[in-house]
Amino acid sequence: MIRALEYTGRPFIYIFEEFGRIFTFLINAITWMVRPPLRLRLVFKQMESVGVQSIIVVLITAVFTGMVLALQTFYGFRMFGGEGLVGATVALSMTREIGPVFTGLMVTARAGSAMAAEIGTMRVTEQIDALYAMSVNPIQYLVMPRLVAGVLMLPFLTIVSDFIGIMGGYVVGVFLLNINPGIFMARMVDMVNLGDIFNGLIKSACFGLILSLIGCYKGFNTRGGAEGVGKATTQTVVLSCVSILISDYFLTAFMFR
Amino acid sequence: MIRLSNICKSFNDQVVLDQLNLTVEPEKITVIIGQSGCGKSVLLKHMIALIRPDSGQVIVDGEDITSLDEKGLNQTRKKFGMLFQDAALFDSMTVGDNVAFPLREHTRLSEKDIEEVVFEKLKLVGLTESFHKMPSELSGGMRKRVGLARAIALDPKIILFDEPTTGLDPIMKDAIDGLIMKTQELTQATCVVISHDIDSAFKIANKLAMLSDGRIVESGTPEEFQASKNPVVVNFIKGHAETNNQN
Ligand SMILES: Nc1ncnc2c1ncn2[C@@H]1O[C@H](COP(=O)(O)OP(=O)(O)OP(=O)(O)O)[C@@H](O)[C@H]1O
Ligand SMILES: [Mg+2]
Repeated sequence: MIRALEYTGRPFIYIFEEFGRIFTFLINAITWMVRPPLRLRLVFKQMESVGVQSIIVVLITAVFTGMVLALQTFYGFRMFGGEGLVGATVALSMTREIGPVFTGLMVTARAGSAMAAEIGTMRVTEQIDALYAMSVNPIQYLVMPRLVAGVLMLPFLTIVSDFIGIMGGYVVGVFLLNINPGIFMARMVDMVNLGDIFNGLIKSACFGLILSLIGCYKGFNTRGGAEGVGKATTQTVVLSCVSILISDYFLTAFMFR
Repeated sequence: MIRLSNICKSFNDQVVLDQLNLTVEPEKITVIIGQSGCGKSVLLKHMIALIRPDSGQVIVDGEDITSLDEKGLNQTRKKFGMLFQDAALFDSMTVGDNVAFPLREHTRLSEKDIEEVVFEKLKLVGLTESFHKMPSELSGGMRKRVGLARAIALDPKIILFDEPTTGLDPIMKDAIDGLIMKTQELTQATCVVISHDIDSAFKIANKLAMLSDGRIVESGTPEEFQASKNPVVVNFIKGHAETNNQN
């Protein structure tokens, strides 16, 4: 009986320990953020890299989700003559949920995994040791810029995603399904307020922190050659995606009361 | 001066260093020899606190670096230059930027002066034409020489070389041996060199130390080593001579 408990309990203990370690890692990174030198150049480089790596895939995801949202809600709402609400529904879903979450997931796949792979490779080829040996703290040099870039770039990408998604919905709704454009826009402006957009952006900043933190943590603690790097990358994607979805629920419950 | 006293280090269940004692004399070249996998790289990394011992002390210039915090370590490590066994070049930077890295981090030299120093160091290792190349475009031996240039870029007081000549052709080997001796002479640095190559070890060493079974089994001048009766040392030197005769 006790052994069975031990057996089922072990994964949970491991998960809690892992979260503890990730949290300590974050605190460590934050203390290195406020110490000189500031390394703005590295921050800009990471922001560019996150943005460039992810923008295309974010755009494609956004435009097609916007389009399919319009299509789905149209068929649903037509049953009770609510076609005019399609625009509002698309806009609300995009800004509150789909923009931030899908952007987070896509950036995880592109940039989060790249962070784990890059830092992991540096770990197994002793480049991180070389940084230590040259009195340069790798947390400050490698991790801090990526965290800042994640937190700053995700809201930016989310705004783009929101906008493009709504555009996609507009195109499908107005040109394909012949909804009156005036009504489409008017209802949208009626029902979506700035708070929705703003809360969505806060969420996305949290997701940006989550995915870059996990990518850096997994990369930093890589062991065991090329195989280890592969493992770290996969784990980053899985753990980040799950964490984004779980934290999305709690952030939503907390913010949109 | 570097002194290691009673260093024990195990990975999982494998004991690598076992009550190891070693004193590295200042302003001399100390060469550490020993079989592959006996823990030479681990020993070297203890000297710059990249690995912490399970027990024991590492004293650098009178200070126990095993008990230093991150800030203190940063200060101490500035005295060091290190060549890693696999060079550990930053693969996102060109060769020039790699060598310039410690200069950009720890000096206030202008970019022009930095470039001058980088060029001079690359010239020492015969790689000026690779200035703009990426490390992935270099051969293993070339990478090692870039690593060497990076290690001596700041003219550090203590230089650690992990197998500086392994994988180089005989002529380049001689050149690098010469470079290490010349650098030491010029900067009066304390050098610790790990080597597999007995001939060059005897050539460049002021002092030799042999690592075996987690301990320093013999240390002394090259002459003392030649005269040693310790069977481990005799076998190592003789074994080397035998393989050389076979070739
Ligand atoms: N990070 C580590 N984790 C686990 N074991 C390690 C680690 N580093 C080294 N070892 C083990 O310690 C032993 C000594 O390794 P080390 O790299 O110091 O050998 P070496 O003397 O430098 O060999 P070589 O001449 O081939 O470079 C090896 O058996 C290795 O398996
Ligand atoms: Mg080694």
